[in-house]
Amino acid sequence: MTDAPYDLAPGDVSIFGKAARMAASGVGIYTIGLVLAVILTATSFWVANTSLLWALGVPMGLVVLAIAQMGVHLVFFLHITTAPDNTNNVLALAFGVFIVFLVVVGSLWIMTDLNHALMPSSGPMNSHMQH
Amino acid sequence: MNVAVAVYDVKQDAFARASEAGPAPKRVVVGFGFWVFLLSDIVMFSALFAAYAVLVRATAGGPAGPQLFNQVTVAIETACLLASSYTCGMMSLAVSARRRLDTYLFALITFVLGAAFVYLEVREFADMIARGAAPQRSAFLSAYFTLVGCHGLHVAAGLIWLAVMMAQVAIKGFRPAVDRRLLCFALFWHALDIIWVWLFTAVYLMGVHP
Repeated sequence: MTDAPYDLAPGDVSIFGKAARMAASGVGIYTIGLVLAVILTATSFWVANTSLLWALGVPMGLVVLAIAQMGVHLVFFLHITTAPDNTNNVLALAFGVFIVFLVVVGSLWIMTDLNHALMPSSGPMNSHMQH
Repeated sequence: MNVAVAVYDVKQDAFARASEAGPAPKRVVVGFGFWVFLLSDIVMFSALFAAYAVLVRATAGGPAGPQLFNQVTVAIETACLLASSYTCGMMSLAVSARRRLDTYLFALITFVLGAAFVYLEVREFADMIARGAAPQRSAFLSAYFTLVGCHGLHVAAGLIWLAVMMAQVAIKGFRPAVDRRLLCFALFWHALDIIWVWLFTAVYLMGVHP
């Protein structure tokens, strides 16, 4: 099944699956990645400026587009795939994404909560404090 | 039943060969180590992103995003960085094919596009400071300059690294050590592009509308 006795370095092209067949013309992989990235970037700029979309949904749409573009960069530029010779690289990436998620979402959650708690004249908690 | 057993055997075989083949080649070890460094760098950026997101409303009566950010500049910066990521990929292909002239050509294009990005960002910063929106004006601006400036510093460091690598290719040729450094440089440059994707999304596009 495998001719690769080792895991791959990140950035090297996997010998497994579709990527291997396309690697014969490596330019193709980067070009597909560039086209997808340009489409996603253009969509992001359009979404931020259009009035056709529900304004409150725009930030969520931008986040989804950014996640998609991050995936495009990882697969087509950094050659991180789910092939068996990429296990180490994907595990490290998953841990990194987990920490990033904890730091960003955790900070926002805690600080928003504190902002609400410290808001002047905001209901029962404040009146309770005055006694 | 038989099929399931056969698949299981093949999988076992693949893992056994990966783990029993002895130490991995140096290229794999170096690449993985640099990948872990890049992920730790991204974790550092996540702290700056979190700080920016928390402080984005703390303008202290000073200018906010919609008055400061120019989407046209940001679009040009994005185009420069994305195109330079592509030419960096072309450079990696030229390196693995041992085409020296193509390597220099694509490295030059990558360098020029990266330098254009840094120039545009420095001009943007200078313009903002001239209009009284310096880092010390508000917590929002401190967080903004730290986050965007840190990415700009990374790009500037990448430009120096690229110039050094081209000197090494010219003097030392494509020996294995130079090859590994070029692999690391390509990873670094592509990772910077991923950070920029989040920067233009979270700072500029979400910042233009209150």
